[in-house]
Amino acid sequence: MSLPTLTVALVGNPNTGKSTLFNALTCLRQHVGNYPGVTVEKKIGTCRDGEIKLQIIDLPGTYSLAPRSPDEMVSVDHLLGHLKDEPRPDVIVSIVDATNLERHLYLTTQLLDLGQPVVLAVNLIDRAKNLGIQIDFARLSERLGLPVVPIQANRGVGLDALKQAILSAGNSGVLPKPVPFPEPFQKELQALSAAIGPGVEPYLIERLLLDVGGHTERQLSEKLGPTLASRVGDARARLATAGCPVPAVEARTRFSWIRQAVSDCITRPATRPVTWSDKLDRVFTHRIWGTLIFLLLMFAVFEAIFIGAEPLMKLISAAKDWLAELVKEGLSPGPLRSLIADGIINGVGGVLVFLPQIIILFAVIAVLEDCGYMARAAFLMDKLMAKCGLNGKSFIPLLSSVACAIPGIMATRVIENRRDRLATILVAPLMSCSARLPLYTLLIGVFLSDPWWLPGVTLFGLYMIGLITAPLVALVLKRTLLRGETPIFVMEMPAFKVPQVRAVIRRMVGAGWAFVYRAGTMILASMILVWACLYFPVTMPDGRSYDVATEERRDEAKSLEGEEKESKQQEANALHGEWKRQSYLGRLGRWLEPTFTPLGWDWKIGMSALASFPAREVIVGTLGIVYDQGEKDEEEDGEKKVADTPLGKTIQEEWSKDEHRGKYRIPTALSLLVFFALCCQCASTLAVIRRETRSWAWPAFTFTYMTVLAYIGALVTFQIGKLIVG
Amino acid sequence: MPTLDEIPLGRKGRIDSMSAPPGLLQRLLELGLMEGEEVRVVTHAPLGDPIEVESSLTRLSLRKAEASHIHVVLID
Repeated sequence: MSLPTLTVALVGNPNTGKSTLFNALTCLRQHVGNYPGVTVEKKIGTCRDGEIKLQIIDLPGTYSLAPRSPDEMVSVDHLLGHLKDEPRPDVIVSIVDATNLERHLYLTTQLLDLGQPVVLAVNLIDRAKNLGIQIDFARLSERLGLPVVPIQANRGVGLDALKQAILSAGNSGVLPKPVPFPEPFQKELQALSAAIGPGVEPYLIERLLLDVGGHTERQLSEKLGPTLASRVGDARARLATAGCPVPAVEARTRFSWIRQAVSDCITRPATRPVTWSDKLDRVFTHRIWGTLIFLLLMFAVFEAIFIGAEPLMKLISAAKDWLAELVKEGLSPGPLRSLIADGIINGVGGVLVFLPQIIILFAVIAVLEDCGYMARAAFLMDKLMAKCGLNGKSFIPLLSSVACAIPGIMATRVIENRRDRLATILVAPLMSCSARLPLYTLLIGVFLSDPWWLPGVTLFGLYMIGLITAPLVALVLKRTLLRGETPIFVMEMPAFKVPQVRAVIRRMVGAGWAFVYRAGTMILASMILVWACLYFPVTMPDGRSYDVATEERRDEAKSLEGEEKESKQQEANALHGEWKRQSYLGRLGRWLEPTFTPLGWDWKIGMSALASFPAREVIVGTLGIVYDQGEKDEEEDGEKKVADTPLGKTIQEEWSKDEHRGKYRIPTALSLLVFFALCCQCASTLAVIRRETRSWAWPAFTFTYMTVLAYIGALVTFQIGKLIVG
Repeated sequence: MPTLDEIPLGRKGRIDSMSAPPGLLQRLLELGLMEGEEVRVVTHAPLGDPIEVESSLTRLSLRKAEASHIHVVLID
């Protein structure tokens, strides 16, 4: 039997503890999804109170309900019951910050116009008390004409009273009284309403009149034709002469009503005490100290993702190898064994290996955001980022992308402006991530290790390619595809507070889960696809299976000793190489060789680059296979210098032997390095872009522009190199 | 009349008029920056832009280009 359900919407400003309240009310009975057609997250949870089920909707934090974009319109549509499959909320809970009541009540007064019961939840009462702010809640309730419940969401204080207030508001159905607007405004509203006719809610007509260039204006003009625009224009002109200019009239009316209503409900200390938050703010936004602290903090964040995650990532890699080995021992050679060991286990491992970085970054972001530092960081970096068309909030996502683009892209959710967020997402994969390092180390070690300063300079140069290209591409994007009016960067500076452990853990788990669950399947599928292209065809000219034949030789090698063992091993590697070279991917590499020639590559290098498209870090392993050295070189010979490993030596020898490449081996190495620095060889990144943008077009775009850029970069590098070598 | 981005650090001013594009104007109004409000520039970011502004209702970060739409009369 299903219980009677009451639908409740939570509405509030950012940083009011709205999500904390949502979590406290619903515990883990939550469902996170997306509204169709927009990039807004839809969070719905349930809680039971006696015989009634409360369905609670956590609407995105907002300063006002004056929608200017489809993303902002979703909240209004949901509250008005315009969404398909979503019932109109029976009760609206307006959550406000007790330390800044007047400003937060602005949104509340807009909710009063929606024609549904409203309950006011005044949060952070403990902090207000500490600041010496006293609120008479009974009187406040009387003045506003609303049920008012003081709460402390992070400690669960007042939640039962809030539930009771919600239930009785839902039962009684008493509607709040809207804030009275000046006479001329109401007249215009009525006239407009009469002209449009029924079918459009009064709140939307109000928005139509108030929001110059807003979403309602665009939507209704489309529906009702051009006469509406001139009618609205005339009305606004009349209002301006009547002393009620749009949009200022709204703020003026609401704020003066609020100030009058709360004037005898709140007592504040005569002089505002200087809080520790003020003192901290002074240090954190200080020209010198603030910058220094910021740099130190960013360094720590970077180190945490880069180095802190390493042991865990190694552990996951080792577990993956161990499991693959187990399967190889348990099953006989053949497609099934290879699919499980090389395809599935490798693919799942390839997904999980990103988890430590994601979790660490999101822990850091949750702490920084929860304590209020994020706004300061954005404040400090805004000017620099604005130069490339982004804003201060893009900095941390881009910095994180130097470790790994996946958590970086996920971190762009803090950027409210859609175009800025997209631009940040699209350039994040250009930053040199840690997965590029194995190839960097290998090629630098083999070809560019002399003189002593060259490796460092080359590595620095490779990082600079990303650091320089990313802002340039962002700038181009903001001038072309993502062109639009300069986004508004008005940001509230929240007071500092101690972060909540529970909230931080929730963010970590949420981000990790979102990645594994929503991006994981895509990544796995692409890994299996490449596995298949490298596995088939598996039949040798004599009709036997390459897979089985290679394995036989490896098994034989195990029972042998000394030189015999070595030669058997080499035989196995040679056969393995032959198999991969005639695989579909190998054939594709040979077929595409003419395209690789201008880059200085032969088909072997081209094939390795192709095989690295799902995950660039496999390049070293693939080079190992292609050059008959087996896959495991780098790990077993971890102690040796890169140039002395069998793979390093073979590449050195093979490239030197080759008539053409022998002369131009350094330009070839550089061209391959540049290609890897610029190319988006990471299925996980593309899957995450798809998830974050809710569209296939953006990952496709990212992949295309980066591949083109990489090709051109590699081409230019090789051709210039060739000229220099002569 | 000076604009908000021009007044010296720490000085108080009263907003006289605002002439920003509609989207920005509405956001400023929603956050409580309107005619007659007292404002103070708390600090500048290390690179000179944006600035941090305090009013009786809120504390905001504003880009100078945005603040230049707000005309203020110096008081105190």
